[in-house]
Amino acid sequence: MHELKADAEPAAQPVRLGRAYVITSGKGGVGKTTTTANLGAALAARGASVAVVDADVGLRNLDVVMGLESRVRFHLLDVIEEKATLDDALVSDKRQPGLKLLAAAQSREKDDVDTDQMKALVTRLRERFDYVLIDSPAGIELGFRNAVVGADSAIIVCTPEVSAVRDADRVVGLLPEHLHPQLIVNRLRPALVQKGKMLSVSDVNSILHLPLLGVIIDEPEVIISTNRGEPVALSADSKTGAAYRRIAARVAGDEVPIPDFSPAPSGLFDKLSTFFGGTR
Amino acid sequence: MIDFINRFFKRETSSGMAKERLRLVLLSDRISLAPDVVEALKADLLEVISRYVEVDESHTEINFEQREREVAMLANIPILSLKPRPPAPPVSREPELVVASPLQPAPAQAAALADAPPKPKARRRRKRTNISATQSFAKPAEAT
Repeated sequence: MHELKADAEPAAQPVRLGRAYVITSGKGGVGKTTTTANLGAALAARGASVAVVDADVGLRNLDVVMGLESRVRFHLLDVIEEKATLDDALVSDKRQPGLKLLAAAQSREKDDVDTDQMKALVTRLRERFDYVLIDSPAGIELGFRNAVVGADSAIIVCTPEVSAVRDADRVVGLLPEHLHPQLIVNRLRPALVQKGKMLSVSDVNSILHLPLLGVIIDEPEVIISTNRGEPVALSADSKTGAAYRRIAARVAGDEVPIPDFSPAPSGLFDKLSTFFGGTR
Repeated sequence: MIDFINRFFKRETSSGMAKERLRLVLLSDRISLAPDVVEALKADLLEVISRYVEVDESHTEINFEQREREVAMLANIPILSLKPRPPAPPVSREPELVVASPLQPAPAQAAALADAPPKPKARRRRKRTNISATQSFAKPAEAT
């Protein structure tokens, strides 16, 4: 997963850079932070070194989702303003030493950071980690641009709702093309999809047309683990955890099929319905 | 199966409504045309075509479809009569294009015209809802 890349200066040593993913959605509340925390935990569980960065300056959240809020001493802006070193500011995860958090500043404004500073910061992280996961704030303003600027890949988190898909479509249009965004459909409820009461994964992706990175079923265990500050990705017997681990495997380059969540046609009526062009 | 029953009784599912609403809202997002502008476009299009041939407005379907990340406009306009009518006095620039050879519609946009039934009797197809019309991606030819 490392890229060999020559620096801009001709004499510079080739630098090993990790992948930097921005996790974004446009709309708030669709699960960007939960996705970042769980993908980070699942990648670290595979043995990779991972930095998760909360780019939501002023509305810090990733620390509480990961259960690390009591360990945060310095934040992203402290590093940028050289009030702390990167090592001071990177918080080690409780469970996995390979996973580090760089928290956002809580008492600052989004425009206290600019895109050049963010890009430089992410590059520094990429030199040290296999993966840098940047949790983007909602919206498409400076905070979003700051989250995107240092990334070389993008993950779009979208729930099966009209508003979320619309915003995701907008965000995809704003992302630089070289980020090749991939889609995670979050909070899918297969029973509702089956009854025709929720957009299906293919409905969502018939609009967005993105490579599908994974599907997360809406399960109470996600809420429970977030309450505890423990990523569900680490609980071995959890279906959602397994889904996050599969996503991590795909990010790492493994070919892992996405399970089909639609119930297979069983009775005569289902088969007839399929025959007459019933939607999945 | 529920989907099938809904379809059978022409009941619209809420996810179908969501899909249709998304389709419309993204259409205007992407090409920055407001829904009322799209309606006006449809009306103007029909008006122009019916200057030359008699069309069945009630069974006309004009839709915008998402194709990958672009938008295409598809028109399915049943023709009631191919009798060329003299173009209205304040003509558009190129009336010959259609009037001169009414049996050979302009190739690009009028693919749907070619598929339309030559006589009104052929219009026996089921009336489809807007939703299913837009879903039937590759079959504007269903009109026959």
